[in-house]
Amino acid sequence: MKTNTIAAIATAMSNSGIGIVRISGEEAFQIIDKIYRSKKGDKCLSKVLSHTVHYGYICDGDKVIDEVMVLILKSPNTYTREDTVEIDCHGGSLVMRRILETVIKYGARPAEPGEFTKRAFLNGRIDLSQAESVIDVINAKNNFSLESSILQLQGSLKNKIKEIRGKIIHEIAFIESALDDPEHISMDGYHEKLMGTIVGLVSELEALIASSENGELLKEGINTVIVGKPNAGKSSLMNLLTGKERAIVTDIAGTTRDILEEQVNLDGITLNVIDTAGIRDAWDAVEKIGVDKAKEYLRKADLVLYVIDSSTDLDENDEKILKLLFEKKVIVLLNKSDLEKATTEEMVFSYFEKEGMDYPVLSVSMKEGTGVKEIEDKIKEMFFTGEIILNDEILITNVRQKSFLQAALDSLNMVKQSIEDEMPEDFYSIDLVSACEELGNITGECASEDFVNEIFSKFCMGK
Amino acid sequence: MPYLSEEYDICVVGAGHAGCEAALACARLGLQTIMFTVSVESIALMPCNPNIGGSSKGHLVREIDALGGQMGINIDKTFIQSKMLNVSKGPAVHSLRAQADKSEYSRHMRQTLENTDCLTIRQAEVTELLVEDGTVKGVKTFSGASYHSKAVILCTGTYLKSRCLYGDVINYTGPGGLQAANYLSESLKENGIELLRFKTGTPARIDKRSVDFSKMEEQKGDETVVSFSFTTDPKDVQIDQVSCWLTYTNQNTHEIIRENLDRSPLYSGMIEGTGPRYCPSIEDKVVKFSDKERHQVFIEPEGLYTNEMYIGGMSSSLPEDVQYKMYQSVAGLEHVKIVRNAYAIEYDCIDPRQLYPTLEFKSIKGLFSGGQFNGSSGYEEAAAQGLVAGINAAMFLKGREPLVLDRSTSYIGVLIDDLVTKENREPYRMMTSRAEYRLLLRQDNADLRLSKIGYEIGLISKERYDWIVEKERLVQKEVDRVNHVSLGANAAVQKLLEEHCSTPLKTGTTLAELIRRPELSYDDLAEIDKERPELPYDVREQVNINIKYDGYIKRQLKQVKEFKKLENKKLPENFDYSQVKSLRIEAKQKLNLYQPVNVGQASRISGVSPADISVLLVYLEQMYRKK
Repeated sequence: MKTNTIAAIATAMSNSGIGIVRISGEEAFQIIDKIYRSKKGDKCLSKVLSHTVHYGYICDGDKVIDEVMVLILKSPNTYTREDTVEIDCHGGSLVMRRILETVIKYGARPAEPGEFTKRAFLNGRIDLSQAESVIDVINAKNNFSLESSILQLQGSLKNKIKEIRGKIIHEIAFIESALDDPEHISMDGYHEKLMGTIVGLVSELEALIASSENGELLKEGINTVIVGKPNAGKSSLMNLLTGKERAIVTDIAGTTRDILEEQVNLDGITLNVIDTAGIRDAWDAVEKIGVDKAKEYLRKADLVLYVIDSSTDLDENDEKILKLLFEKKVIVLLNKSDLEKATTEEMVFSYFEKEGMDYPVLSVSMKEGTGVKEIEDKIKEMFFTGEIILNDEILITNVRQKSFLQAALDSLNMVKQSIEDEMPEDFYSIDLVSACEELGNITGECASEDFVNEIFSKFCMGK
Repeated sequence: MPYLSEEYDICVVGAGHAGCEAALACARLGLQTIMFTVSVESIALMPCNPNIGGSSKGHLVREIDALGGQMGINIDKTFIQSKMLNVSKGPAVHSLRAQADKSEYSRHMRQTLENTDCLTIRQAEVTELLVEDGTVKGVKTFSGASYHSKAVILCTGTYLKSRCLYGDVINYTGPGGLQAANYLSESLKENGIELLRFKTGTPARIDKRSVDFSKMEEQKGDETVVSFSFTTDPKDVQIDQVSCWLTYTNQNTHEIIRENLDRSPLYSGMIEGTGPRYCPSIEDKVVKFSDKERHQVFIEPEGLYTNEMYIGGMSSSLPEDVQYKMYQSVAGLEHVKIVRNAYAIEYDCIDPRQLYPTLEFKSIKGLFSGGQFNGSSGYEEAAAQGLVAGINAAMFLKGREPLVLDRSTSYIGVLIDDLVTKENREPYRMMTSRAEYRLLLRQDNADLRLSKIGYEIGLISKERYDWIVEKERLVQKEVDRVNHVSLGANAAVQKLLEEHCSTPLKTGTTLAELIRRPELSYDDLAEIDKERPELPYDVREQVNINIKYDGYIKRQLKQVKEFKKLENKKLPENFDYSQVKSLRIEAKQKLNLYQPVNVGQASRISGVSPADISVLLVYLEQMYRKK
């Protein structure tokens, strides 16, 4: 059911320090009461004074999720001017995600992109001079979440959700046609048939939710993009990091034309390693697509691994790459340390310096496998010092989508309940419509016209 | 040459179901009103099916009645059969439908109009709209006479440049051979109004003496008839009813149709207009649903004093000779004689997104419109819009707040919001699935929802208003009481439960919990409810529904609360959205074109995304604070 109490992770997804999950809205205190346990187990946070801090645990039923400090902030002296709860928890992305999911399970909904800021403004908290930036935040975040929620959603998953949604629409259309034209369309024996369909859909949705718990909706992690000129050793690096012979490694320049993506776990830090086609003036149309894609991925990268072949000279293609690295976190890897050097570390440093860039440079040999540990250590160091941060929007998107799936599942279970309670048929469509709307949030489809179209195209109405 | 020239407050163009309600509302609110019709005989004509009501349309009639309109009263006086549809389903979809005696319906409405003060009926074809500086000034008729007024309500139905078609025959007339209005369209276009062309159709009328009813199933009315109007005495509607008859098409019928499809103007491309998907011609049904072995056909009387009968389910535009073959292939119609051919009709109407939710044109002050002219279909949809257009023309003249019913208040609100907001490529029909809060918008509580509004407008009497206030009080008091009555598992309770095949109690419970059981109702439990007060039927009905569906009702009320937030955020008139920097281009274009009245309406325009709405909210707040 739709609620107006929103929740989100308020801190960046780095593994350092503390994370904050924030709840805002009318039901904020009600929700925290359901999931907070004080040490003695007797404290009720909706009754405490405003602007006070409370030590305790966040629990989902009997299961303790984390040890936390909870800040209670009563309206209107809060950022959004609504009742607000801040849960200070351990900074791990998994913990924060579990807490956010628990908050949602007990009645909040995931905040829309930029929604806290929007509320702060609409409720008079932020002054007029900041209005433009509020709009920018909404737009920027929205563009991202649109891209990640609709475009990046894996094809098969999206099709699955569309298929489930289509089946629900079909049932709604049948019920509605029968209600609109009871003399032409009979509902005899429909209960059993619908029950069968719903049971099937419920198990399909349960399977989807289970798979979402393994992070299969969208890949979470630090987007780590490997770039470099053709044949610099990018694919070899990919293979070394993932421990798989996956990318095609040949001595012919320009062999990696598709983008290859793998998840790598470095002592609890998840990397989405993306191997790209070598960047150079592409003659081949197919290769050109690969290069364009590489540029696109660079734009979204949290970390760039720039591979340079030390046995060749720096040239105009390196300059092209350099331009793409502006304002990015980069580690430069000087590959082929086993061969004779045409480009040295000093040359690379000064090359970057004249562009005003300062990146760590590591000498490695992919062929001999030397330097891999140094790369890993460097990444870990950058993560724990907070220099690189996780792209938290993806995680948020995952939580949101999971909450839509869960809400759709809840609605279908209500339909089941209504059938068991022998409610009249028109009550089924109330929850079927909700289920359909929740799934539409994921696939970006709007429901109302869909029903009408389905009714007219599938069922013959009278007159 | 001198021409006639008269002054009125309001001109109503057309005397169909929309025109009648509009004219009555204006006149009853004390405004000098003139209503034009091409033929006085055609006032409140029912050119298609002989029914009022039906699923969701019955709701509209109840709402019209609750606001002080005439349709419900008129059908209660002239029906010849009545049925409550969907009684086995939930209360939200119960819907009343009556067979009308068509000529009585028309005669009775005419009598009401003729005896209403401040109302003039005039037989004349309106050919020109008089507009000065974006404000309407009156109308001109074919004879050259001008009628000056401060407001005009267009309810031209299917008459604008209409033509009727079957086979290769085209009659340039309105429905049933009545005179078309061939000039007004040009004048509307000259005044910047964009026109669309829509199409609809009707089946043949046949001679009762040529029908073999022994081959059909009889369809009787309800034993106890419920009235449409909240003002009708229930005793007055317990009449002797007439039957309808059910038969079916067969493979032979379908074969005849398929063989002659190329002779249908629809398939040959002669018809340009867009037809409705919800009332397909029999040709459409056979083509689109080719797997169906038969289609239902309802034979319905057109009145008590005529032998003409309506063939429900078989509208067509096939040629005359094919119509004969096709109808005669149906069981019971082997020797049927056609009185009037089936035909398709094409006519000019508007894209109603040119209107505000008040049904006033955005571009011409004082010009209102209602009914099929606005791209809808159906008598009830027309009457509902006619009433709202009439009320708002009157409010405009009196300088009072207009009547805008939102989607959470009524089917009328859903109907008008859909029309003025959404793209509509076919004649719009009301359906219960279009009402997202339908559990709250029941036909049984239309009076509770709307009659206070009708009273404020001035169309509902003080007496009716007082009863609504009292009814509300009684319902609330009884609901509260029932929620607090505890029952033990005693012998009397168990016996009553057993009688109703309901599981016996293990422990004590409340009366409300028992009412929620599907097999029980408030009335069933009277015996074991010692403190129960004496209450009229309509109060008991509300108590039962409110308790039984309490959980669902509360959920919908919560949704309505959310919905109202955006609905209450007004947008400025004639606003230039291109200056709102961060809106997407498509949103800017759509918003500029349709100028929604509030943020809620903006959010329902296709092409306006949730992010655009966020941007709009921030922008509005910014504008508001700058002031």
